[in-house]
Amino acid sequence: MVAALAKDLTGLEYLSAEQIELILDTAEPFKEVSERQIKKVPALRGKTIVNLFFEASTRTRISFEFAEKRLSADTVNVAASGSSVSKGETLVDTARNLEAMRIDMVVIRHGASGAAQFLGQRIRSNVINAGDGKHEHPTQGLLDMLTLRDRFGRLDGLKVAICGDVLHSRVARSNIWGLTKLGAQVGVCGPPTLLPRNVHELGVTVLPRIEDAIQWADALNVLRLQLERMEAGFIPSLREYNRVFGVTNERLNRAPKDLVIMHPGPMNRGVEIDSDVADGAHSVILPQVTNGVAVRMAVLYLLAGGRPESAQAAGKGEER
Amino acid sequence: MNGQGILVRGGRVVDPSRGQDEVADVYLIEGRVEAVGRNIGTPDGAMVVDARGQVVAPGLIDLHVHLREPGQEELETVASGAMAAAAGGFSAVCAMPNTDPVCDNQGVVGFVKAQAQRAGKARVYPIGAVSLGQQGQQLAEFGELVGAGAVAVSDDGKPVVSSHLMRTALEYARTFGIPVADHCEEPTLSAGGVMHEGTVSTRLGLKGIPAAAEEIMVARDILLAELTGGHVHLCHMSTRGSVGLIRRAKAHGVRVTAEACPHHFTLTHEACAGYDTNAKMSPPLREEADREAIRQGLQDGTIDVIVTDHAPHHYDAKEREFDDAPNGIIGLETSLGLAITELVRSGVLTISELIARMSTIPARIFGLPGGTLAAGAPADVVVFDPGVEWTVRPETFYSRSRNTPFTGRRLFGRATTTIVRGQVAYQRAMD
Amino acid sequence: MPTTIPLLDERAIARALSRMASEIVERCGGTDEVVLVGIQRRGVELAERLRQQIARTENASVPVGKLDITLYRDDLQTVGTRPIIGETSLPDLDARIVVIVDDVLYTGRTIRAALDECADFGRPRRILLCVLVDRGGRELPIQADIVGSVVRTTSDDRVNVLVSELDGRDAVELVREA
Repeated sequence: MVAALAKDLTGLEYLSAEQIELILDTAEPFKEVSERQIKKVPALRGKTIVNLFFEASTRTRISFEFAEKRLSADTVNVAASGSSVSKGETLVDTARNLEAMRIDMVVIRHGASGAAQFLGQRIRSNVINAGDGKHEHPTQGLLDMLTLRDRFGRLDGLKVAICGDVLHSRVARSNIWGLTKLGAQVGVCGPPTLLPRNVHELGVTVLPRIEDAIQWADALNVLRLQLERMEAGFIPSLREYNRVFGVTNERLNRAPKDLVIMHPGPMNRGVEIDSDVADGAHSVILPQVTNGVAVRMAVLYLLAGGRPESAQAAGKGEER
Repeated sequence: MNGQGILVRGGRVVDPSRGQDEVADVYLIEGRVEAVGRNIGTPDGAMVVDARGQVVAPGLIDLHVHLREPGQEELETVASGAMAAAAGGFSAVCAMPNTDPVCDNQGVVGFVKAQAQRAGKARVYPIGAVSLGQQGQQLAEFGELVGAGAVAVSDDGKPVVSSHLMRTALEYARTFGIPVADHCEEPTLSAGGVMHEGTVSTRLGLKGIPAAAEEIMVARDILLAELTGGHVHLCHMSTRGSVGLIRRAKAHGVRVTAEACPHHFTLTHEACAGYDTNAKMSPPLREEADREAIRQGLQDGTIDVIVTDHAPHHYDAKEREFDDAPNGIIGLETSLGLAITELVRSGVLTISELIARMSTIPARIFGLPGGTLAAGAPADVVVFDPGVEWTVRPETFYSRSRNTPFTGRRLFGRATTTIVRGQVAYQRAMD
Repeated sequence: MPTTIPLLDERAIARALSRMASEIVERCGGTDEVVLVGIQRRGVELAERLRQQIARTENASVPVGKLDITLYRDDLQTVGTRPIIGETSLPDLDARIVVIVDDVLYTGRTIRAALDECADFGRPRRILLCVLVDRGGRELPIQADIVGSVVRTTSDDRVNVLVSELDGRDAVELVREA
């Protein structure tokens, strides 16, 4: 029997390798749906989904919105104000209000780590974490893995170097969890001020310089230097960061093999990554975006399954 | 009510101040300890407290609690806190000054004392602020504070950031023979942090506070105590580095004393998993090695006393994202149970050593009455059953607040009778 | 203890498919504009065999598509754990004669889903239904145009179609609860 998912997707730390593979495998047929003329299937017809975004994000929200609409769900976007302490409703009250409106699923992005879990513990709807503080961004991790799997045919034994501000990055954490569970080797590369002091305890290799990462890896996942999150003083300047850690064509030309280049976006061109690399032949940045919609459709599809209580259904799988 | 006194009969009397640990009776009258001995006959009309099978000790004294009055009476008042203290076996507590308004003048000191008097439960000794408004700028008037009844000064809640101010405070406090109690936290290192910086904070994606943030201030305070000859009291120690620094300082004769809280000898940062806001406090829960070091420190006397840092918060305040939740947990009604379960039953401390850390030594280092059952000492006595097993159910607590990570935990040891000034302040109803 | 009753063996299936292939060509008036669409699973293998048969007899190659109807099922909300989705890939359907091919026709719900899904891909001129086994028990007004074999069943029965490409052998069996 298939490894079913729990009510909420809050992080890849909590999924088994089988569950992750299930999501990646399920994303394949959804890629095909996005290639059709009529990009819609009725699988989630009548389901109500709220995109609850406490942090501004165009690309992730739109990607989820497309995923939801292509599954024929009804979607509502709520752009809520910052933290509980600042103006507006507390997260608890927001949760209760959503439940009172009988929402089926909530996609939440929030500035506080643990916010998705907090919500999921308090409402019956499915909760999908679209990024909580510095904790995890599971759908991004999944689409990164799908893109790598497409390119290399496998993840087991693959060497992936995550380059940049790992300390503040939820994308990095999700990638680390997901990739290590599926047997890839993960490296992290960045200035020591931007790497968690005990990151090696997560089972990753620390690569001190970008040149080391380029020598070692099969693929680079280049993180955006998070200007909005960085408290002053982690690096002296963007210019220096680019000169010392930037992924440039000049550096890549010295690589022993053709490296695949990934980036979760949005890019700071000329800071962590140069334009000619981002737009170059080895970049899979755009396929990542395409895969993002498919992965999110897969997650929504799998989570929206009927409740176990209503599985009189269990044997009905092959009903004609 | 107790005109003819109280006879506490047949208990195991443990008084570290006189090296006593044997079955005996204790007779209290007119607010004083009259006699301790075997088979004291029952004076006519005296109330009898049957202490057979239990321990009889000088009332426990907690040097570090936060009673939220004045200013946040919905969380706790002097009265409710004094009652919670009595229920926990404490005959006295010292109340930190971070109230609203701050306890930086004789008016607030007097108010807190009056509220405690009115409540008639555990004694409450106010601690005055080091600086006006706890703003860290201008020294408060220690003389006025002490005159009104303050027993120490502290800006707890916050560190005294300015080394110059800390030095001046230590020097000036010598005039009045009071300690300066510091909350050791280097603010630029701890800024934005919500838990210990370590593996768990990395996993949870929460900003961490490194151990060095505490140790830097511990080292500074030790050096300033040495420089000034003043008495510095270090609040709620949490790291092995701090314990090491204090040990060396004491070996050099520096006038430093230190306290530790039950949560720091019971829990580690793993308790934050799942973003449980009841595991969020300042200083934060640390690593296994730190917990061990705190226990070691209590055993060899590097850490002088156990305190609770009782910090009431509203349920709504804790029911939010980890980043936004306030720091702190209540502790008066679980402290004895945790100490017996985690320290005595595991062999780290004997009962006598525990009483020393929770009664005799607190009294001595803050110059408070009590902590002893010598004849003539105040009639502050606790009777507790070290073997009774109970489950922590905060809804039954006397405290107005419920923020504790120990809900549902099974503990050994609980106060059954607490006597303050020769009056029974608390008596546990037998189930 | 359930009993298994063989309905068609390998030779019978081959004969039925041969006849069905001719019927398809006859009903469509030739092979022009004909598209075979096999329903996942097993309908796909049967459609491929029909294509081969038609190629042999008519010397013409008819395009074959694969259709997975999981996302169009009407019981997705109650079925519990989500079923796995197979591959869908269709040639152009506009103005074509689409012959939907499936192994067993029972309640008709699968075919309803297939019709909805085909409509999202284009507008066929005409749609026909071709099944290996019609076991009755319709819950919707759907009929097969080309049928290999008709079997009477009750709701306790299961009809299993096995194909060598997936199951190692060809057979149609009735599994009846005792």
